[in-house]
This record gives sequence, C-alpha cells and structure tokens, in this order.
Amino acid sequence: MNLQIKQEDQGNTHHLYIAGEVDAYTAPQLREALLPLTGKESHETLVHLGDVNYMDSTGLGVFVGALKSSKEHGSTLKLRGMTSRVQRLFEITGLDEVIDIEDVKGGSK
Amino acid sequence: MDDRDLQYEKYKSILENYLEEQSEQTLYKGQQFSRKMIEQQISPEEAVSLHVSVLEELFPDLPEPLKNSYDFLLEMMIGYGFAYREHQSLRNRQQQLESEIEVAANMQQTLLAGKKPEVDSLDIGAISKPAKKMNGDYYHFVQDENDCVSVAIADIIGKGIPAALCMSMIKYAMDSAPEQRMQPGAVLENLNRVVEQNVDPNMFITMFYGLYDSRVHSFYYAGAGHEPGFFYDSEKDQFEELFTKGLVLGVSKKTSYREYQRVLNGNDMVIMLSDGVTECRSSRGFIERDEIVAMIRKYIHLSAQEIVDSVYKELERLQEFELRDDFTLLILRRKV
Repeated sequence: MNLQIKQEDQGNTHHLYIAGEVDAYTAPQLREALLPLTGKESHETLVHLGDVNYMDSTGLGVFVGALKSSKEHGSTLKLRGMTSRVQRLFEITGLDEVIDIEDVKGGSK
Repeated sequence: MDDRDLQYEKYKSILENYLEEQSEQTLYKGQQFSRKMIEQQISPEEAVSLHVSVLEELFPDLPEPLKNSYDFLLEMMIGYGFAYREHQSLRNRQQQLESEIEVAANMQQTLLAGKKPEVDSLDIGAISKPAKKMNGDYYHFVQDENDCVSVAIADIIGKGIPAALCMSMIKYAMDSAPEQRMQPGAVLENLNRVVEQNVDPNMFITMFYGLYDSRVHSFYYAGAGHEPGFFYDSEKDQFEELFTKGLVLGVSKKTSYREYQRVLNGNDMVIMLSDGVTECRSSRGFIERDEIVAMIRKYIHLSAQEIVDSVYKELERLQEFELRDDFTLLILRRKV
C-alpha cells in the first residue's frame, strides 16, 4: 500500500508522476500534492497515472475534488497515460466526460 | 497494614526468593505481580521506586554509585510514566468513541431497514454487509399500490460516518419526491442537485435506480456512474451487462440521466451490485465481474435470496472472511 509522487515544474505547468496504489490510505497524500496546484489561477496540472496499478473510489474522489478546485480557480487539470483498468473506473463513473483524459495505455484489462 | 505496605512486603518476599535461587517459578510470580500492579495503575516510576526501597532494606550497605544510579533510573522512568498515562487516557477515549459509533451504526440500521417488497410476479433477493460498522452502501425498495417496485442502490464514496450521514440525506431527498418515483432519470437529476449542493468536494455518490412495472413486466432504469449490473436472459441463458451512462451524483450541477428499458420474460433477472463486489481483492488478486457471474450461475436454481446469500458466503471465503469494502447484491427475478 504505497504511493510515490514526483513533481516537476516548467513555469506554469506542473507535472505530477504518480506510482503505486491510490486508495483510502494514500488518497490524502495525493490530495495534498494536487490541490495546491489546481488552486493556482491559469496554471496547468498534468497528472501522469501510467504507474498506478490500483485506484479505488476514494482515489476518484481526489480527482473530483481537484476538478472542482480547478474550475473554481480557473486552472487546468489533465490526466495522462492511465492504464485501461484505471480508465474503466473513470468511464463507469462518467467522469471521463468531465475530466480531460489523454493517452490511455492499452493492455492490462 | 495498608495496600502499599502489603505490596511492599509481597514484592520483598518475591525478590528475596529470587535472589536466593533464580527459579522459573519465582520469575513467573514476578510476572503475575507486575500484572496486578498494572491493574492497580501503578506507574513505571513507582515500580522502580518500590524496587529501590526493598533493595535498600535488604542491602543497607549498597555502594553509593549504585544508589545514585537508581535515582538516575527513576528520573528516566518518569518519561515512561507519562507515556503510560497518556496511553491509558487514549484507551478510555477510544472506548468512548467506539460506543458512539455503535449508537450511530444502530441508528443507521433503523433508518435503512427497508422491507423487501412482496409482489406476486417477482422473486427478490437482497443482501448488504458493511466492511466496518457503518455501511457506505445503500439500497432501498419501494412498492406502490399498483405493484410497481422501485429500487435504488448507491455507493457513497468515502466511508464511515460521513458516508452514513450523507446516506440519510439521500433517503430524505428520495422520500420527499414520491411523484417522481416512476421516472428514473428525473429521480437521479433531482438527487444530483441535492447532493451537489451538500457534499464535501471530494465526495460523490454512485447510484443505480430502477422501476419494475408488474403490469407490463418492464424494468425502467438509469444510472449515475454506478458499477453496471447484469441482465439475465433466461431464454438465451445469457448474462449481459446492464449498461447505463451517466455522471456520478454531486459533481456537476446540470447533469441529465438517460433512461433505459428492458422487458422481463419469465425467469429473467435484473442483478444490481455495489463496486465493493467487483473491487474485492482475494488472495489471488482482484475478483473479476466474470467470476461474480459464474457464482450467480452456479446458484441459479435457488431462490433470489438464496443466490445472494450464497454468493456473499463464497466471496467472504475468498477474502478470508475479511471484507475490504461494503458489499451489496440485489436480484429481481420475474416469476414464471
């Protein structure tokens, strides 16, 4: 039950590289990393999810919170490179229609 | 002799015994004595102080440096004493909280205790088990005078008490708009508005809502981001996904929900579940939707209630009897 978060900044663009499991235990850690970024007006945050092998609904909740925060503060949130297993969660919940998702990795369904 | 003197004498005799011959039996007596001291809430520094007094009586000529070292040890133990007392008070606090949660869980039970409808044309099975004391899953049946049965199944993200509070809000919202019950899409739109205004930004709710009209044997349904259920077509002997598209409740103010319809022939089933069912992790890894279908198929000759009970028991066994998420499984089967 581990989560690694690496952050790289290029001007107003922030990259978060997430690896491991996003669940009820690690979600607070992700929220703490993500929310300060989405709270910055006209900044762009790209969350790279390629190395996330498990996410539960609490994890989705963090992205819902981040989406609301970005709308409220006029910033941009994009999710990149998630596996199809994780993408299925976004699809079932309809969140794929309201969150910007790019480059889904095929395979491990 | 007061307690303290008794304690002193007892300790002295055990220690003397031990100094005479270092037997296992005396050590054991010492262990028992320490347990009693813990019961009486004797702090670590008091225990050391007792030892020092006894030692001074037994050996009046203790070398000075040794005596001083005991003073030093006493000082050291005071810190442990603080930690010990803190632990005690935390334990009391924990017991208090546990009993409060117990009360809340009982309240939730009362609030959610829904009766399973009795309709001639339907065989209904329902099971819902919380992983912890409070259930984040919710289901609710309503039966009207025309033998129409509406069913809602929901999963509240975030677990424990906030989820349970949220659930009572949903129940209230649903109860207060009975005229909408026949229109699943409208029910979800209405709930979405309520939830969007009232929940924490990180929280959301997934829900599946359906209405079975016994007069035409049709099931009308809509979903808000809920794990898809299954439709069992008995003639083809096939399970199909009961797909719905719709955003979870509580994310976006203006969301509309599409309504779907299925006609049930004799023995056809509608199966609804919470994602706790498909997110179960067994020791082998994830439990896949196919496996759930296989389990239902295995028990398909039983009544709807027996099917859901048997599937639950099997999943429980696969997870070594430790549910990681709340679990809900509902089946509606049209009787022949």
